[in-house]
Amino acid sequence: MADPGAADRLAPAGRPDEIRAIPVRRPGRWVAAALILLLAASLIHSVATNKQLEWHVVGQFLFDHRILSGVFMTLELTVSAMAMGVILGVVLAVMRLSPNPLVSGTSWLYIWFFRATPVLVQLLFWYNIAAIYPSISLGIPFVGVEFVHGSANTVVTTYVAALLGLGLNEGAYMAEIVRAGIISVGEGQTDAALSLGLSRLQIMRTIVLPQAMRVIIPPTGNETISMLKTSSLASVITLTELLLASENIYAVNFKPIQLLIVASIWYAAMTSVLYVGQYYLERYYARGATRELALTPLQRIRSGLFSLERHEWS
Amino acid sequence: MTWPMVKAEGVHKRFGRLEVLKGITLELQAGEVMCLLGPSGSGKSTFLRCINHLEKINAGRLSVDGELVGYRQVGEKLHELREGEVARKRAEIGMVFQHFNLFGHMTALENVTCAPIRVKKEPRERARARASELLGRVGLADKLEAYPAQLSGGQQQRVAIARALAMEPKLMLFDEPTSALDPELVGDVLEAMRQLARAGMTMLVVTHEMGFAREAADTVVFMDEGVVVEAGRPADVLASPRQERTRAFLSKVL
Repeated sequence: MADPGAADRLAPAGRPDEIRAIPVRRPGRWVAAALILLLAASLIHSVATNKQLEWHVVGQFLFDHRILSGVFMTLELTVSAMAMGVILGVVLAVMRLSPNPLVSGTSWLYIWFFRATPVLVQLLFWYNIAAIYPSISLGIPFVGVEFVHGSANTVVTTYVAALLGLGLNEGAYMAEIVRAGIISVGEGQTDAALSLGLSRLQIMRTIVLPQAMRVIIPPTGNETISMLKTSSLASVITLTELLLASENIYAVNFKPIQLLIVASIWYAAMTSVLYVGQYYLERYYARGATRELALTPLQRIRSGLFSLERHEWS
Repeated sequence: MTWPMVKAEGVHKRFGRLEVLKGITLELQAGEVMCLLGPSGSGKSTFLRCINHLEKINAGRLSVDGELVGYRQVGEKLHELREGEVARKRAEIGMVFQHFNLFGHMTALENVTCAPIRVKKEPRERARARASELLGRVGLADKLEAYPAQLSGGQQQRVAIARALAMEPKLMLFDEPTSALDPELVGDVLEAMRQLARAGMTMLVVTHEMGFAREAADTVVFMDEGVVVEAGRPADVLASPRQERTRAFLSKVL
């Protein structure tokens, strides 16, 4: 009781001391970490020491020109099919929300049809289109005016068949994603824009879609990553993309596992690049939605370096 | 010949089976301020939204500045207006909403310049200059580049007022402009509205702010269950209401 410091400790003059408690011990974490390390080590050991895997074959073909041209074909097909899908998706979604029942019904039917049949079947269908339409022309129906005319086999090349199969199908899925985004923008935004005298088209383009992007981007990134790998289905209709390029090589050298690993490495690398792209796109469309944008990893590293320097100087 | 800025005769509005407006008749003269009072669900906001054709009326006649809202009369028959024509008329009527409805992906300045540039085809530079001037007038000269999420409710509502004024409207509609605001932010918004009233703007204001109605309004209209119960000068209606229903309502809010 006579301790003169007691009163001070009960009623400190300034800020109370920071709490420095002893943290709870978590032995479970250590056990789990040990187990995971053990499993990982044995996996790496078995992969690294397995003579059958022949890693040098993987290295030998990783930058083979046939593989690289397969990579470019895969990228080209992914980008063009996604572009087609996104444009179709926006158009279909806007149609779907149209007050005109004929327009929205058409969109509904399209979406139903392409989601109701497997994409592989659609690819095979476009590949064999010449069987039912030997010649294709673009013009005004029933009056005999034609702008473009050609045999189906020259117009619908393997690449065009793959693009149609993947792109038209993607359009149906993108339409639902875009529609969800449009619906997520509050009605008040449309009310306000209408009251200012903007037209429906202007409202969709300048007010609703830009704000819908925040909802649309993440699933679209997902679709793009999915498309990158779904494009390998085009190998079935003999488009020499990454998978078929690898298959063609192992058909000769009988090293399927090694070449599938080569293909997988490229798929994984391309997917990783898409991850980064999606991150920055999301950030761009988050402006206005959050009070303060989070720093990008690069910015974080830079600011970290600066604060380190400042510590050294102080 | 002069005509009232807003003229409603027996305006009816149904949502499905629910009749929200059961014959509203009133007149608002140019340069006047009218406050619509009444309990929630009485149809005040719906009536406001009918005036710029955000809602279609089912019966009666509603005209703004001598022209029917949403229709053209040819002989006995009414013809619906095309969307473009409706939009052109809406552009002449400013509206301020309870929840501000600022465009979230645009800065304060972009919110204000959006309609003048896109609807009136005003040159970008001129629109920006006028927008900064308008935002300055409502006390937001230092918030031009702020996004709505970075502004307080009161600041957002003042941007919304500036956005409506940028179209140089002949009539301003206010739909409970202060109801979603913290009490201490209400004052700034009301001050901006008072300024506007003093400048001679024709205003129709749905509000629960009795103080504002008393000093700024030329007419107050008390609505309940889709009809006008009582209308008159604020001093008369607010101080000595003739209807029992008005008295009961005022005794609760004053």
